Amino acid sequence: MTVPFSPVQPGVWTATAMIAAIVLSSTAGEVLTAAAMKSVGDLDEIRAHSGMKSAIRAVITCPLFFAGVFFLALAFFALLFALNHLNLSLVAPASASLTLVTNAVAGKIFLKENVDRRRWASALFVCIGVYLLAH
Amino acid sequence: MSRHSLSPHQYLILALVSVCAPLGDTCLSRGMTRVPAVSLSHPGALVAAVFTPWIAAGIALLIGFFASYLTALSWADLTFVLPATAFGNVIVALLSRFWLHEAISLERWAGIVLITLGVGFIAQGPSLTERPAPQPKADAVEVP
Repeated sequence: MTVPFSPVQPGVWTATAMIAAIVLSSTAGEVLTAAAMKSVGDLDEIRAHSGMKSAIRAVITCPLFFAGVFFLALAFFALLFALNHLNLSLVAPASASLTLVTNAVAGKIFLKENVDRRRWASALFVCIGVYLLAH
Repeated sequence: MSRHSLSPHQYLILALVSVCAPLGDTCLSRGMTRVPAVSLSHPGALVAAVFTPWIAAGIALLIGFFASYLTALSWADLTFVLPATAFGNVIVALLSRFWLHEAISLERWAGIVLITLGVGFIAQGPSLTERPAPQPKADAVEVP
């Protein structure tokens, strides 16, 4: 029988650095992936007209997609590292929520998405929520 | 800006994005807490951890998440798709509390509720930014 390993909880700054590493690499990956998928077009339509193989081919022949996957892989290993030292109930919601805020900023700047007042207001909700999570 | 409504199939894709990610994260957490502490001086231990059952199950679920996530990104904005995963935070909290037996304070519960409200607020908007139709290339226009 395997005995669960009890990790020693690191300090606030170490935990912040672990979560920041996940958030930054994840944001880069998601923005690049979103740009790739917008350049590919509606996958449901491609699959309906040309089949699943064509949809997969359209994705894996897009260079931006692989750039995105590289950063998402980086975020994944940063997540594994953080989960080894911190509780899931802190790492998962905090990184996911902060990523949402950084993606709103990155989406407006790099993807030219319409991030209106409603979306900025919700970013504030999320920031307070993350503070309460980390408190 | 016109409102881009979603079909039931597209809602199903968003539901998969929401469910697969937290389930995968929970499997990863269960697997990683059974692995001795990994240090930056021995990064190979992270790669070895990938082949343990819980981590492998987590990765399988995250592949399902990624496939549905890519599909969603092809017909909706990034800032619309990401909130779909926010409901996963509630699932993570419940799984952490009742499956992993982690303690969740009232402050953390309040944080999770606020985050869910915030992202739900975003989700009420249009799913896709309206963009002008692409202009035909100059060399493609026939000159009479």
